Amino acid sequence: MKNLFLSVILITLTVSFALGQTQRYFTKTGNISFFSKMPVENIEAHNRSATCVLDASTGKIEFAVLMKGFEFEKALMQEHFNENYVESSKYPKATFKGTIANPAAVNWKKDGTYSVTVSGDMTIKDRTNKVSAPGTITVKAGKVTAVSTFKLLLADYDIKIPGAVKDKISETIDIKVNVELAPMN
Amino acid sequence: MKQKILSSALGLLLICFFPSVAFTQDDLLGLIEDKNPKKEPVSATFKTTRLVTAHSVELDHGGVFDMKIQHRFGTLNGGFYELFGLDQSNIRIGGDLGITNRISIGGGRSSFGKVYDGFVKVKVLQQKEKGFPVTVTAFQSMAINTLKWQNPAQENYFSSRLSYCTQIMIARKFSENLSVQITPTLVHRNIVPTTADQNDVWAMGIGFRQKLTKRLSLNAEYFYLFPGKTANDFYNSFALGFDIETGGHVFQLQFTNSRQMIEQGFIPETNSSWLEGGIRFGFNISRVFNVYNWKGKW
Repeated sequence: MKNLFLSVILITLTVSFALGQTQRYFTKTGNISFFSKMPVENIEAHNRSATCVLDASTGKIEFAVLMKGFEFEKALMQEHFNENYVESSKYPKATFKGTIANPAAVNWKKDGTYSVTVSGDMTIKDRTNKVSAPGTITVKAGKVTAVSTFKLLLADYDIKIPGAVKDKISETIDIKVNVELAPMN
Repeated sequence: MKQKILSSALGLLLICFFPSVAFTQDDLLGLIEDKNPKKEPVSATFKTTRLVTAHSVELDHGGVFDMKIQHRFGTLNGGFYELFGLDQSNIRIGGDLGITNRISIGGGRSSFGKVYDGFVKVKVLQQKEKGFPVTVTAFQSMAINTLKWQNPAQENYFSSRLSYCTQIMIARKFSENLSVQITPTLVHRNIVPTTADQNDVWAMGIGFRQKLTKRLSLNAEYFYLFPGKTANDFYNSFALGFDIETGGHVFQLQFTNSRQMIEQGFIPETNSSWLEGGIRFGFNISRVFNVYNWKGKW
């Protein structure tokens, strides 16, 4: 009888260990920046506290970023960004939940740089759109770096540009993502 | 005995399975979610550093120079002869400079009384989201009247030209649209016309900002003079205005019964009444310039 219980426990342990084996990577200090390029004025903002979790076995990757964490060169721009454009108090977070379309292309165990395509749902101001973007994943000494550049249309996320500043803010915004992920225990 | 073993085995089973259950949850971000997120400061309680004429709890950001041009016309009850006040003009030209995000200095010159004024403003406490409920800003100003002496024959002292104002502003942004401020105020004049007049005048200011659209808001301010000779001789200052924001500019258009644009003037010396049509149209123009980069927390 005792032996039976012991073996049950042993089996459970092994099973849970095997399940727990799924390798995940994460960061809370990812870099996400955006750029608006216009002849009159260039605007850029940087967020250095983006969170990202990557599940290597399924290829799932998720990002979250606090809108108030974007830093602009001019304080007034930052205030207007939060107050008038993205309404950060009402919609504090932007998220992206997607999957690597070709997870087999990446050998997580081997150092190297791999080209991937990530597609999924981008949510800003409670509006969700499908986004697909090319990127590279670099595996080095157990750490994973993910880099991507893509474009977003402000109109897709209900961000309106008033007439007075039409020549200062671009309708398409370049987004740059650069996250260095560490293994999650 | 058997039962004891059974239950402890079950317990172990649960413990063993627990991590795998936790690991198989779908929401990846949930795994690293911060359970106690940082309490963010509430920003933009008011659009600019002035409610209408009076100061708001807002300060310019560090490194920002905010040029202010303020203008008040004559009273509407001047009628057609005075083109409803447009023939008269009072102006204050000045500016605020954000030394840091929470310390500002400023100054200006008013045409009325040829007054130069200077002030220091410090944001002492900051309202936080789901945290501290109000923003508190302390304000101290000094003004110098530079009119020629009325009676040059007698001995005149420079100190007689000076007046001061001390305010503690307490404001709360109740929602995205509504912010309310109260402003206990003390105005001190070194010299007053007669011995019966008050050197110290206490007042209580109350004001609000209600956003009508993202870039347009309705503002109001009222200063109640506490009973005394000043309250008997003068009217309480009341102003209604609109803030219109366009990028780096804020335009403020207002109707007020006060002629002067500094605290020492409009709080204890408002001499026209709303009820008698003693209302003036006026505007403030604010334009910000980035002078230097301030990255400090305060």
